[in-house]
Amino acid sequence: MQASVIVFPGSNCDRDVAVCLEAATGKKPTMVWHGNSDLPDSDVIVLPGGFSYGDYLRCGSMAANSPIMKEVVLKAQKGTAVLGICNGFQVLTECGLLPGVLMQNAALNFVCRNTRLIVDNNTTPFTGLYQQGEEVVIPVAHNEGNYFADDNTLDELSGEGRIVLSYAPEDNPNGACKNIAGICDASGRVLGMMPHPERCAETALGGEDGKRMFTGLVEALS
Amino acid sequence: MTKDTTSPETPTENAHINDTEITPEIVAEHGLKPDEYEKVVAHMGRTPNMTELGVFSVMWSEHCSYKSSRKWLKKLPVSGPQVIQGPGENAGVIDIGDGDAAVFKMESHNHPSFIEPYQGAATGVGGIMRDVFTMGARPVANMNALRFGDPSHPKTRHLVAGVVHGIGGYGNCIGVPTVGGEVNFDSCYNGNILVNAMCVGLARTDKIFYAAATGIGAPVVYVGSKTGRDGIHGATMASAEFDDASEEKRPTVQVGDPFTEKLLLEACQELMASDAIIAIQDMGAAGLTSSSVEMADKGGVGIVLDLDKVPCRETHMTGYEMLLSESQERMLMVLKPGREPEAEAIFLRWGLDFAVVGSLTDTGRMVVHHEGRMIADMPLEPLADGAPEYDRPYTPTPLAPQIDPSQVDDTNITDALKTLMGCSEIASRRWIYEQYDSMVMGDTLAGPGGDAALVRVHGTQKALAVSTDVTPRYCLAQPIEGGKQAVAEAYRNISATGATPLAITNCLNFGNPERPEIMGQFVECLEGMGAACEALDFPVVSGNVSLYNETNGQGINPTPAIGGVGLIEDFEKAVGNAFIQADKYIFVLGKTEGHLGSSLYQRFILQDDAIYAPPSVDLELERKHGEFVRDLINAGIVDVVHDVSDGGLLVALAEMCLPHNVGCHIEDDNTAGFWFGEDQGRYVMVGADADKILAQANASGLTLSYLGKTGGTELTIAERVHISVKELHDIHENWLPDYMKTV
Repeated sequence: MQASVIVFPGSNCDRDVAVCLEAATGKKPTMVWHGNSDLPDSDVIVLPGGFSYGDYLRCGSMAANSPIMKEVVLKAQKGTAVLGICNGFQVLTECGLLPGVLMQNAALNFVCRNTRLIVDNNTTPFTGLYQQGEEVVIPVAHNEGNYFADDNTLDELSGEGRIVLSYAPEDNPNGACKNIAGICDASGRVLGMMPHPERCAETALGGEDGKRMFTGLVEALS
Repeated sequence: MTKDTTSPETPTENAHINDTEITPEIVAEHGLKPDEYEKVVAHMGRTPNMTELGVFSVMWSEHCSYKSSRKWLKKLPVSGPQVIQGPGENAGVIDIGDGDAAVFKMESHNHPSFIEPYQGAATGVGGIMRDVFTMGARPVANMNALRFGDPSHPKTRHLVAGVVHGIGGYGNCIGVPTVGGEVNFDSCYNGNILVNAMCVGLARTDKIFYAAATGIGAPVVYVGSKTGRDGIHGATMASAEFDDASEEKRPTVQVGDPFTEKLLLEACQELMASDAIIAIQDMGAAGLTSSSVEMADKGGVGIVLDLDKVPCRETHMTGYEMLLSESQERMLMVLKPGREPEAEAIFLRWGLDFAVVGSLTDTGRMVVHHEGRMIADMPLEPLADGAPEYDRPYTPTPLAPQIDPSQVDDTNITDALKTLMGCSEIASRRWIYEQYDSMVMGDTLAGPGGDAALVRVHGTQKALAVSTDVTPRYCLAQPIEGGKQAVAEAYRNISATGATPLAITNCLNFGNPERPEIMGQFVECLEGMGAACEALDFPVVSGNVSLYNETNGQGINPTPAIGGVGLIEDFEKAVGNAFIQADKYIFVLGKTEGHLGSSLYQRFILQDDAIYAPPSVDLELERKHGEFVRDLINAGIVDVVHDVSDGGLLVALAEMCLPHNVGCHIEDDNTAGFWFGEDQGRYVMVGADADKILAQANASGLTLSYLGKTGGTELTIAERVHISVKELHDIHENWLPDYMKTV
């Protein structure tokens, strides 16, 4: 499996996710600068966490208009898997690959801590190694993770099984609608999630629950 | 300094700022004493103009020149086989083996944070990270040591919220984890909060960058953000007391942009991978002035600057303003001649300004041109090293009496423990640290809440242990012991993880040094610190002094914050400070005599605000205990260790119960002094093989006492005390969020 990681000015989890991808695939992912307009062939494209463009204007909005994002959208439409983590999720909603918005956390504070998540859909290429309904612990770190969409969209998401990850009801860190932590597009091949699986992919960092996302991708896409 | 002189009037077409006549009032507004001004005139050989006076005033400010503290700083131990670079550069550098180096420093941003807490704290974090990455290191961990006023003071809540948001806003965005720190609340900080930020970075020992500029004719290059009018005279502000009008100084607080700093970091790292840089210096306090003076002076050369080339964010800035601006996220570099194009390409790709603003000369002078006019021509040596050095008169702090043990009431250990677990000094800091990204970079092995934070050296088995410590109430009561204790506690916190303490940075926060009793606190704290550094092989490699933390004549408690760094060769051997499993044996290392003077028991239970002698520190024993603890951890004989500090032994035990909800049963009852005394040099140690642990202690001739066993969901002592861990947990967790919610 060949992975690409898009690097925006202000991305800061690009190296972290590259470490996990390399551990899972055995080869270095291609780091792609946001200003490039061509994207090398890859099986999965990762939009990493961070503060692209300093989160100025609105989180993810300027990155969504970077030259490389035209290519990302095209590849996604052709079926390449795309994973947006944290700021990457915000970019995916801003560029229209995923519906809804990520508002400021209900408590109005940045929050960095472990959260308990339920895997609501294990049929995506990202979640194949988790059990349906399994509870996992993956940390969040964000100021704008409060997922919101209109009722029709929310109904559509839950009706179509597109809520892939949700916070355990008593452990919602940001006030997100339906405790949404991660959603996918209609094809199931574009996933946006606020939690950071790359931060818990080895026991030394406090857990391995995030590791299966990367090893699962290798199984699904190789 | 009054408001209208923080930024002199922009000149009209006819009047240049340098045409202003220098009067004694203008000299005073620049924070220079009459005799200091006489020295300026003597060095110049003539009357300085306004621009030159401005430059002298910031370079000779307490903040930049250390004029009251230098004499005493020279006495601190600064060397050792592990030290690559001691004090005097942007940050200290130590050798951590295999060609790796740890680069670190701590710095204050007290005055601006009180005036504008968000930006003050944010730019404090930004500034200290620049100090570290200027040296060629990638920042890998931030820490902060914060002191706020009494919780009941009307400003405290607003300051806590603003400072925490500011630290998070900057550190989270740039993507460097904030892994720990400490927070105190005390009425002595009501008018002067302390915001001390520490940054630790990693570099290769053969790729350390220094500030000394060499090569006559080499280009002087400005990179980063544009220059604005923010922060003019910040260094002078930081060298003065506050009064009721201090909030009018808000325009002297800088405004930070962490996004630009992230770009600057990446661009600098990219350029540093080449060999184009001769010298590099960040523009921190006193901005363009101090960076150019320091680089040129350290290299023994001269410098000529053309301010017309400086990228400006505002129009019609005077040369005076450009030289004194403290706009953030800027660097000054000297490049090898001819390497400008490749450097420029890197900075432009990252969307940053790049401008050749001058060159090195052989004159030993700083010459500044602006708008076709030479606006300053000054000898460098007196600017950098010629500031007056003061041997200020000082009076030693009188010895405090011992606390009278008869006023201690033993009847209610349970209530006392509950009170302490929920008091402002011990209550959980979760509300603060969850607002910081403590995990980004994927190497945080132990984040906030432990004794020391552990950060892996990326891609290796090694980890750095980092801790910030000082107990200001001890320093107030007996500065020598307080100074020793601050260093010893950092040593202890690092040892408690299994890491070997290597070196410290410090941030010395005191009141007005022109008062002999404050100067006495400074001198004696440094004496204690120096003795501890010497005894523990724990030299000082960098630091910062913040004086004049005083409002309307009321000084803060002496607060010499210590930032310690240690190394563990194999992070898998490191231990945590919380009970994990039941049926393990609990011991306390060190004698418990029940010293309650200057303890939290005195403050919160006895509610006696008299000053009593703090516990003393036996440095020889401290070292032996540290070695013993590290040996047992590395041999795998103990698997949980926690140092005993604020609140004493019972608070330490309660803290160990909380994270995993594992209780303990302590066999023998004892006095309040035993449970809450703050005797130094102690550690709680937990292991499975009691005989082996005792035998090791006997063999080493150390005092180790058996306390009891882990297990259950209560903390119990003999038949007298039964408290559920859940209840302790709630008391401990709820204080700060409840406090921050109260309107």
